[in-house]
Amino acid sequence: MEHRRPDPDELLARVQAEEARRSQGKLKVFFGAAPGVGKTYTMLEAARARKAEGIDIIVGWVETHGRQETEALLEGLEGLPRRQLSYRGTRLEEFDLDLALERRPTLIVVDELAHTNAPGSRHTKRYRDVEELLAAGIDVYTTLNVQHLETLNDVVAQVTGVTVRETIPDAVLDRADEIELVDLPAEELRKRLAEGKVYMPEVAGRAAENFFREGNLIALRELALRRTAERVDAQMQRYRREHAVRETWPTAERVLVCVGPSPYAVRLIRAARRMAARLQAEWLVVYVETPAQLHLAEADREQLESTLRLAEQLGAETVTLTGSNEVEEVLAYARRRNVTKLVVGKPAESRWRELLHGSFVDRLVRGSGEIDVYVITGAAGDEEPRQPTASKVRSRWPAYGFAVLIVGLCTLLAALLGPRLTLANLVMVYLVGVVVVALRSGRGPAALSSVLSVAAFDFFFVPPRLTFAVADTQYVLTFVVMLAVALVISGLTARVRDQVEAARARERRTAALYAVSRACASAAETYEVVRVAGRHLAEVFECQVAIFLPHRDGKLTAAFFGNAPFASDPKEASVAQWAFDHGEKAGFGTATLPGSGAIYVPLKVARGPVGVVGVKPGGQGHLDSEQLHLLDAFANQIALAVERTNLAAEAQAAELQVESERMRSALLASVSHDLRTPLAAIAGSSSTLLRGGENLSDEARRELLESINEQAGRLNRFIANLLDMTRLDAGAITVRKEWQPVEEVVGAAIGQLEERLAGREVRARIPESLPLVPLDTTLIGQALVNLLENAVKYTPAGSPIDVAARVEGDSVVIEVADRGPGLAAGEEVRVFDRFHRLPSETGQPGAGLGLAICKAIAAAHGGNITAANRPGGGSVFSLRLPLGGPAPELQPEGRADS
Amino acid sequence: MVSTEPLVLIVDDELPIRRFLRVSLAGEGYRVVEAATAGEALDQIAAQRPDVVVLDLGLPDRDGVEVIREIREWSSIPIVVLSVRDRESDKVAALETGADDYLTKPFGVGELMARLRVALRHASLAGGTADEPVFTTGELRVDLARRQVFVSEREVRLTPIEYKLLALLVKNAGKVLTHRQLLRQVWGPEYGDENHYVRVYVAQLRRKIEADPARPRYLRTESGVGYRLVTE
Repeated sequence: MEHRRPDPDELLARVQAEEARRSQGKLKVFFGAAPGVGKTYTMLEAARARKAEGIDIIVGWVETHGRQETEALLEGLEGLPRRQLSYRGTRLEEFDLDLALERRPTLIVVDELAHTNAPGSRHTKRYRDVEELLAAGIDVYTTLNVQHLETLNDVVAQVTGVTVRETIPDAVLDRADEIELVDLPAEELRKRLAEGKVYMPEVAGRAAENFFREGNLIALRELALRRTAERVDAQMQRYRREHAVRETWPTAERVLVCVGPSPYAVRLIRAARRMAARLQAEWLVVYVETPAQLHLAEADREQLESTLRLAEQLGAETVTLTGSNEVEEVLAYARRRNVTKLVVGKPAESRWRELLHGSFVDRLVRGSGEIDVYVITGAAGDEEPRQPTASKVRSRWPAYGFAVLIVGLCTLLAALLGPRLTLANLVMVYLVGVVVVALRSGRGPAALSSVLSVAAFDFFFVPPRLTFAVADTQYVLTFVVMLAVALVISGLTARVRDQVEAARARERRTAALYAVSRACASAAETYEVVRVAGRHLAEVFECQVAIFLPHRDGKLTAAFFGNAPFASDPKEASVAQWAFDHGEKAGFGTATLPGSGAIYVPLKVARGPVGVVGVKPGGQGHLDSEQLHLLDAFANQIALAVERTNLAAEAQAAELQVESERMRSALLASVSHDLRTPLAAIAGSSSTLLRGGENLSDEARRELLESINEQAGRLNRFIANLLDMTRLDAGAITVRKEWQPVEEVVGAAIGQLEERLAGREVRARIPESLPLVPLDTTLIGQALVNLLENAVKYTPAGSPIDVAARVEGDSVVIEVADRGPGLAAGEEVRVFDRFHRLPSETGQPGAGLGLAICKAIAAAHGGNITAANRPGGGSVFSLRLPLGGPAPELQPEGRADS
Repeated sequence: MVSTEPLVLIVDDELPIRRFLRVSLAGEGYRVVEAATAGEALDQIAAQRPDVVVLDLGLPDRDGVEVIREIREWSSIPIVVLSVRDRESDKVAALETGADDYLTKPFGVGELMARLRVALRHASLAGGTADEPVFTTGELRVDLARRQVFVSEREVRLTPIEYKLLALLVKNAGKVLTHRQLLRQVWGPEYGDENHYVRVYVAQLRRKIEADPARPRYLRTESGVGYRLVTE
């Protein structure tokens, strides 16, 4: 035995659970052994006490069964109006969940937790209503009788002989924050019953004979007490764990249950759940799918499905394994998961099969090693094992017909060959027939054909012919061997066939999943993921598929509804919304809103649901368990893909934000520097002139005036650039292309800078043959001005500037080259970034916008601009503009002149 | 005593601009009246009969181009337009509506004086004085009577369209002409959008009359607006 401090994972899980719970409402259950013990009474008393404390409390639903004492307690408590429903002509009243959620009291009283809601309600069960109330942060008082607990259901049935249909999962009681046991000795309860305090007199008599027999009540009371005690025990253990009491703890147990499609499986599940609860152990439910079980009848499949669903409801992890050897698969899985206890049912296998193969249990026990194996029997009086369903038989008829036909053909062939072959060789003909049947139709028809073959062989070929009599007894041996060989061959062949089919089915599933995951993986945008996945899903399930994605406010909209008109139905959309909000399946075939036409599976990732996929089954009207599993797998894949694209989009947005932050700070720095510097110069110079104008020499005065003029020009250029950039960014500038001679644009740019270019040699080499180029003369002129200004700014005074143009492919390239210091490595691209300034230019005026504007202008023209170092020193900027086809023709001069 | 100094009407809603113009124009020997709105401007033109109007296009009460249109309905007074940068379409519209020239804010006083002189001269020529038959600027000499063009005393052979284009620019020397104005007057009123015709012929013309066609000395490009033949 080991001493154990709290496991950090466990602590974390508990912290998380507690955090989740803090925002949730508190659930208090008034728990009793039987009706009439006073649960509702006690609950209402408690409610009145809370009301006296000033708590906002309402009565959502209370069933008084006409008990006057109870009714008296209702007085002074606010009651919630009941929802009126009509179902098949009957008027029904139900608890109004929506109204309660809207009213939002602090505490609500909702009687009879195990109640089954009328059809048309949101949830099939009231406990789901209560869960929703709790999730909304509302405290709930409710009542429950012990016989309604799922795991105790069969025990109660055994004890009392009354099967209770309304059950709730134990987990609901387990999550209750408080349980108050309302206890009444059996004798007293019977007295109350006799006094008419429980039921109206006419009902009371009948009840006393059946359910309220003293023995029953004692047993139920014991169950209720034990259940409460278990709960107290669990609380005690939790307390110890939380306070790290130095006590010994059993090492973690894990229970594994093997189930099959048998109705007994439900018993196994309940037994295992009880065992697991007692051991405080995790429990797993395993179903091994063997090739033979691929052909389960629909009814069996449904049985299995409901068994697995029950297990999940009771808190088990369910797993479906595939393999040909059940025992090996189960044991291997059990070892992998460190299972300590194995629960199996006592199988209903035939005696001879047991002799032949050894029973499942025997083999399991033999291989189980250190794992304890518990064998649970199916009690007599339980439901009868289901007969093979009619549909199965009907669907197999053609196969059996085929078996008969093949035997007939074999007989014919044997008759033709008969005279030339010995009888022993005729047997071979039949064996071939058996193989054919086994390959095509499986086990049953093959067995039939084996038997028929022996019979036909005897009848037609073994003397005396055309009778079943046998002259020579040694043929009996022939028959036996022939039958045995035929059965073995047919068995083996059928198994091979089944395995092939199992493999194919798995292959199909895997292929479909693979196709979806691959398609999703290559999709870069969420809408693309959804479109691709939706299409695949619709193909695989042959049904209508819609995928819903949430807006920022959490409201879903259909993002894919290729062939699914149901997606636009607001009722269906609200079901999808529920599935999304609660992260649970909803709709057709589930416990929530089953009246809907489609099933909605939330796309869940670690952060919560990212969307919902809705599937409306086509042809046969519902999805079988395999399809449901596949749908889950698909939902997982889609969820992951959607999450991936969402995260990518978020990352991109974050990056963009960082970039724009950077831009903003750069802009601020630049504006404050580039606006203030010239302003300071202007203000300083002009104030000097104003104050002491007459004392200044003419030369000084002129210098100040020149400075004002120069700085005003600088300010003007800076603001112009800033405006250009802003307009280009905002798309406010439309590019108005006209066919232009490059020479003229270059000339205009040089002309504009005449003053600043003074003292520079500017060589423009524009060939006469250059075609007209479609460009916006103002924008391109601006770009050239910026390039020329840069050349002036960053190169030594007097160094030459070259402007050249040439055609390259279907573009024209205009180059502005200087003989300055050139560009440092890595600057070729960065110089075009906004507010980028060379390290050496801190003293230079300018905001680092000029080249960014050039880049934007080039891009707006469908061209680009690049920078490079020039051979022989200096740098060269190349503006590349597309020619966009041949220039328009000019009219011959003659006409215009006429 | 009747003053001979020309009277300039300054129309601008910005007081600093009016003040600066008033001071600098007075310094250059002009008489100045001011208006802050289009309404005031129209009243002043009717009452004071100025010789030239300096009109800001961005007035608070009316669109500048509308004001030009209204003035042109009853007066041929020269109008020099002031506008901010990057509104080439406004400038073109103003010129084609009847403005004589334009200036982009901010501008130097030198530029303004040159524009005013050109505008006043054209107005006085239109008043009846005969055209100078020979136009000279720098090395360029155009003899309108003989239809001859000389650069550095060497005759240059022009095609008929090139000559028509040059002659038109010469007649409007110092003034800006828009692409459309040139196109309509040289090629004919049925032309409208073939601006590249003008550009190609101007380019050809430059090759014949300019020393460096990429850095024209006489035939200047007014980016996005049109051309101006520079006077010296």
